[in-house]
Amino acid sequence: MLKVENLRLEQSDFSLDATFSANAGERLAILGPSGAGKSSLLAALGGFLAPTSGRILWEGQDLTNLPPAKRPISFLFQDQNLFAHLSVEDNLWLALSAGKGRKTPEQQEKILAALEPMGLSAYGARRPGSLSGGQAARAALAMVLLRARPILLLDEPFSALGPGLKQEMLALVQEVAAQTQALVLLVTHQPQDAIDFATLTLFLDQGHASYPQETGAFFAEPSAILKSYLGK
Amino acid sequence: MARSAVSLTLVGVTAVLGLLLIGPLAAVIWRADQGLTALDIEAVRFTLWQAALSASLSVALAVPLARALYRRRFYGRGAIISLLGAPFLLPAIVAVLALLSVFGRVGLLAQGAAMLGLTLPSIYGAMGVILAHVFLNMPFAVRLLLLGWQSIPSERFRLAQSLGFGPPALFLHIELPMLRLVAPGAVMAIFMICLSSFAVALTLGGGPRATTVELSIYQALRFDFNLGAAAALGLLQSTLCLAALGLAALLPMQHGFGIGLDRALALGPPKGWRAYADFAGIFCATVFLLLPLGVLFYTGLSGIGSLPWVIWPAAARSVGVALCAAFLACFAALILAKASLRYGRFYEGVAMLPLATSSLVLGTGLFLIIHPFFSPARAALSVTILTNGFLSLPFAFRILLPDLRRLYADYGHQMTLYDLGPWAAFRFVIWPRMRPAIGFALGVTAAISMGDLGVITLFANADGTTLPMMIARLLGAYKMQEAASAALLLVLLSFGLFWLFDSREGKDA
Repeated sequence: MLKVENLRLEQSDFSLDATFSANAGERLAILGPSGAGKSSLLAALGGFLAPTSGRILWEGQDLTNLPPAKRPISFLFQDQNLFAHLSVEDNLWLALSAGKGRKTPEQQEKILAALEPMGLSAYGARRPGSLSGGQAARAALAMVLLRARPILLLDEPFSALGPGLKQEMLALVQEVAAQTQALVLLVTHQPQDAIDFATLTLFLDQGHASYPQETGAFFAEPSAILKSYLGK
Repeated sequence: MARSAVSLTLVGVTAVLGLLLIGPLAAVIWRADQGLTALDIEAVRFTLWQAALSASLSVALAVPLARALYRRRFYGRGAIISLLGAPFLLPAIVAVLALLSVFGRVGLLAQGAAMLGLTLPSIYGAMGVILAHVFLNMPFAVRLLLLGWQSIPSERFRLAQSLGFGPPALFLHIELPMLRLVAPGAVMAIFMICLSSFAVALTLGGGPRATTVELSIYQALRFDFNLGAAAALGLLQSTLCLAALGLAALLPMQHGFGIGLDRALALGPPKGWRAYADFAGIFCATVFLLLPLGVLFYTGLSGIGSLPWVIWPAAARSVGVALCAAFLACFAALILAKASLRYGRFYEGVAMLPLATSSLVLGTGLFLIIHPFFSPARAALSVTILTNGFLSLPFAFRILLPDLRRLYADYGHQMTLYDLGPWAAFRFVIWPRMRPAIGFALGVTAAISMGDLGVITLFANADGTTLPMMIARLLGAYKMQEAASAALLLVLLSFGLFWLFDSREGKDA
């Protein structure tokens, strides 16, 4: 279980407070308007922003002061998930090995095994620039699969894709998460993404995170703030 | 383990840079046991006067030229703009020789004047020093001002057009505000360059009326071996450099002119006499820059095969010094640029430390430190490598920092997430993505170091010289043909090194 206890982030003109928990295998959407602090919350969970106070626990282990690479977390950013100058395979190898040593046959096998379910077996030698948007997103997902971390943070990674492709990618994430029993946190400002993808939804408004609710119930009985956000 | 090695390297680089600045300065202060003479005061007056006049003239001449290049489109415009970048890498000693080939006693102009029965004034002295400084720095000013003109959003010009502005109103309301922001910085930068310019003063200056403080240091150390006087002058030069640096820091930062939409310039350039004036300015400037270099090339080419053999080991030493200094400067620049991204602007300040001193001050201090222990001539090349690397560090840093900042903005999170160590980060991300910038930085610093005629003049004996110093000696012995050929060799090697690094790394990336 991921437990976020009285997490507080303070920056020069912005503060964020969050307390929530979510279990392995769940998919939690973090919804809110631009500037509400969604990406900051994710960055704090990933270890890229140091919280002012509070704790982040995973299965009882305190992650609050761990560096990003030591956390049980995979992260898909809005863009630049792949190094543009490296082939897809080399990108995956770097994610797997931190660039230590040479690529071993076992590592190569793992890389191919991660590319296969993404339909990218024939694209390993390609550079990201020669892939379509969907293929690049799948290559980034292959990296997540390869790293096999129990928490997956998605910071609107598919926002540049068309609606159809985005749906397809979210379905693929769902599949990967089901395989690995990972907890997925998805930042989005599109309510439909939460409805289509998430089992739980948390609403962030002006730095205040609501406690996650079951997604169906969240939209069935919208709060006043959510109504205002949805323009109802 | 690797990360602690990087931290140690950072501490080491910072300590070495700090010591390189403070150590020689402390030695200079410690030994500065003599008061200033009337000649020293005259040297200060001349140094400030020539630097101010050179800087003002360079920028004043650059304004109409930059404006003409900005508003005119013609075949060869790009080549002229590229040519304007070249003098920055041109060794000062070569510029001096090139100018002598046109403006010297037996130069092209003197020969022409003699045919008409006229005698031209001598290039040696204040006039020559200023001419050489304008030759070297006016193109740099044009490039800076051209950037200023290009930073004015084209929407401003469109607005001016819709309001029916003529050229005078356009200049007053749009171009002059830009110049007010850009020109003082350009004047200050060139003033600082001329303040510590040594090679020009050594070859064209001299005598009581055209001696700079740097030249006085050289004379006190090499001719009089008066360490106390050299130290006092070194202290004086450091004070001038620091005061100029302080003055530069007081200049207002450029705020820009707002963001435009990058629309193409709609305003047609003014026609009539203004067009003739623009093209005449461009023509004159091109001739002023190209003619001396062309004559030098022509004169030097015929003798390059029959250069005395001592030139070749000197050339090899220069290449070795340039390569070592360039790698040192770029290594330190990369370490400091990364540290400044992580820990803040303190390390930017560390990388800019060399601006607070000059080659001769550094050399004097190091000479004072080394002299009691062993012959400074034995350390000539290593000291030259160290000082050249140190003095070209700010250039390498300024070239590398923006690219490194962009790289970490794009991929920093990913590198942290994958736990890439320093070597893996360099090998798999920094090097492949920054090869053009690293190549350019190596090229610039190698070319600067290749042409440097500063600290080596204090340390080298007859055997251990570099190519620029050999040229200065040939020039001093009035062996003009050999000096021209050696200068051509120096230009070819300097630009060759620059091209080698810049084009190779640029193309492969």
